[in-house]
Amino acid sequence: MVDVLVIGAGGAGLVAALSAKEAGASVRVLSKTYPTRSQTCMAQGGINAALGNVGEDSVKSHYENTLKSAHGIADEKMIDKLCSSAPDILKWLDSIGVPFSRTQEGKIAQRRLGGASASRACYAQDYTGLKILHTLYDQCNAQDIEILSERFLLELLVKDGAVCGAEFLNIKTGEQEQFYAKSVILATGGYSRIYGKNSTNAVGSTGDGIMAAYRAGAKLSDMEFVQFHPTGLKNSSILISESARGEGGYLLSKEGKRFTNELAPRDEVSRAIYDELQNGGEVYIDIRHLGEEFIEHNLPQERKLAKLYEGVDPVFEIIPIKPVAHYTMGGIDVDENSQSSIKGLFAVGECANQKVHGANRLGGNSLLELIVFGREVGKNAFQFAEQNTLTCKVLEPCLSVLNQSIKESSNSSFYQKRDELANELYENVGIKREQKSLTCTLVSLQKLKSELPHLGIKDTNKIYNSELVEFLEFKNMIDLSQMLVQGALKREESRGAHFRVDMPSENAAFKKNRVYYKNGEELCIE
Amino acid sequence: MKINIQRASEITSFSIDIENATLLEVLTYIKTKIDSSLAFSSGCRSGVCGSCAMRVNGKEVLACAYKVQEDDLIEPLRNAPIVRDLVVDMQKSYAFNKVAKAWQTTLNEEKIQTLHVSPQQAQINELQSDCILCGSCYSACPVYSVNPEFIGPFALTRAWRYVSDARQNDVEKTIGAVQEKGIYDCTLCGECIPVCPQNIAPKQDIVMLKNKSGVLGYMDPNFASSFGGFDLSF
Repeated sequence: MVDVLVIGAGGAGLVAALSAKEAGASVRVLSKTYPTRSQTCMAQGGINAALGNVGEDSVKSHYENTLKSAHGIADEKMIDKLCSSAPDILKWLDSIGVPFSRTQEGKIAQRRLGGASASRACYAQDYTGLKILHTLYDQCNAQDIEILSERFLLELLVKDGAVCGAEFLNIKTGEQEQFYAKSVILATGGYSRIYGKNSTNAVGSTGDGIMAAYRAGAKLSDMEFVQFHPTGLKNSSILISESARGEGGYLLSKEGKRFTNELAPRDEVSRAIYDELQNGGEVYIDIRHLGEEFIEHNLPQERKLAKLYEGVDPVFEIIPIKPVAHYTMGGIDVDENSQSSIKGLFAVGECANQKVHGANRLGGNSLLELIVFGREVGKNAFQFAEQNTLTCKVLEPCLSVLNQSIKESSNSSFYQKRDELANELYENVGIKREQKSLTCTLVSLQKLKSELPHLGIKDTNKIYNSELVEFLEFKNMIDLSQMLVQGALKREESRGAHFRVDMPSENAAFKKNRVYYKNGEELCIE
Repeated sequence: MKINIQRASEITSFSIDIENATLLEVLTYIKTKIDSSLAFSSGCRSGVCGSCAMRVNGKEVLACAYKVQEDDLIEPLRNAPIVRDLVVDMQKSYAFNKVAKAWQTTLNEEKIQTLHVSPQQAQINELQSDCILCGSCYSACPVYSVNPEFIGPFALTRAWRYVSDARQNDVEKTIGAVQEKGIYDCTLCGECIPVCPQNIAPKQDIVMLKNKSGVLGYMDPNFASSFGGFDLSF
């Protein structure tokens, strides 16, 4: 039995594992995929720290910008920790070899992103997440940290109110495996993939860790807040980084006119684009004026993506875009030590709600969050493990998920239902919401839930059964969608990324975090 | 459009009605609408996670970055155990990163305070750090196909990334780790270069590692043994 079991090998999971190991813990990491293939590799724009390498900046400004964008439902102490630790975090990343772009003075290069008062996002071209993630992976190799790949989280093992491990499906073999630990850190990412092809996210962002925590009895919070990124490619939803606007790109209407402040926070820009599109328009991002040399040097990935997935070369053409689901602000509710409401269960990264983003996250703060709190959570989990005297007896294994999921005679495909749900969520529970359409989707979800026992998979093979994995993810996504819709219905106001057409202003009565938890089989929202 | 997929020992053909689609879109279409048992892996669908490397008509590509053509033959990567259909086990090639000791030795506080890396210095390993560990280079490598202990292209590129970094203060650790079953086993054939989706040239990085090794006083064992052979013949 290890001291610390880390579930998820993206940025948050790897930092957590490194910090636990550094504190002296025995650590094991399990990942649904391979350690460099998580969502973190898709972060492009940068990581915020008030270094002032490019013009004046201060921790105070970083704090104020973050707080403002959060629209009143963030924890000021946590934001303070986030922003004041940022300069040291960047030193640490520099010390382990993250290949940042540099200024002429030899300092880490920085650029301005939306909602920021200064050039604050440190970057490595537009591959910032990729390069941070790979450097972290290399450090895990240096520290000899065990990482087991292709394990799908089924359930957390909880005994007497404390977590003692988790059960996984080994995707490669089809076997179900239990791993015991004195403490568990969830770093399993968000759930933007409920919006299917209307999301920038990797196919694995299906909220499995959040749902496992919920089923085990952990409290969640702020599940109604989903960030829509203003600039997904029109056809594929693939992300064009905020750095494209940060470096001076314009948003243009069908008539070729600028219509909004490109560097406002993401919720505002997304709504402006949405309105333009609703009025029968098209919206484009234009970076032609930045010039080929600049684009090749600073935005190489954006050019590659636009050419490949939209068939336009941004050096010469404007890029058609639309806002798409990008980041889920809510998640597993945690205290200042990143511990959930279940003893010994910690959470970090997008799956956790550290209450630093509130109702709308600022670009450049998610990479920062996972490292600031990842550095802490490993130590905290080890501290818990050292004092944990509970002996975990071997628990009953879960029933075979394969046998339970096979429905060879089923006529309807869950894949079709999954895509239908994704589109309905984008229409009705997306950038703009209202009671009527929310209620409509809630009814659809109840219907889907009642059909679920008749849905299943046809592939009976144990080995690498990705239909099974995707079916299990789909079940998680249905439950997450229900939470999202119910939360959105209950929040009878507009705040940050949650915009109600029927109640377009903020209401002080709702200036608080909402907690989601399971009571018997019922979802309660308070 | 017809597309052929190598599955276990046989080739299955599918007729599909989509044009101008990426291979990943086509595979997803087949899985969700025609045959749900088709196994392949994918992630970001935008060329940055490295999950969907496979071969088309014998050449390594990322499925998400390749536009399907009529009658294409799709096969899994070579030189890795096939798990199922187009999915291979990456465990072994990943492990070579550790064998090559491709990481930076963490700098101390004093060194960080005085750190200065010019844009020119940063550019030295900018390309190498674009690597996404997709495994295309191991699939294409003729040395690795006959010598499964060869450290291999992406791990050696990664080694050079850290050796060439201006901040690295322990170059010898990595250089020492790539001597055996490493840089000298490479024949510099260059097969790894055209298959890299990130335009990295592992061969060049291996040449750089050889040069650096020479500077540090390491000897090419092939060179040494040929001298040995020369001696013996007399």
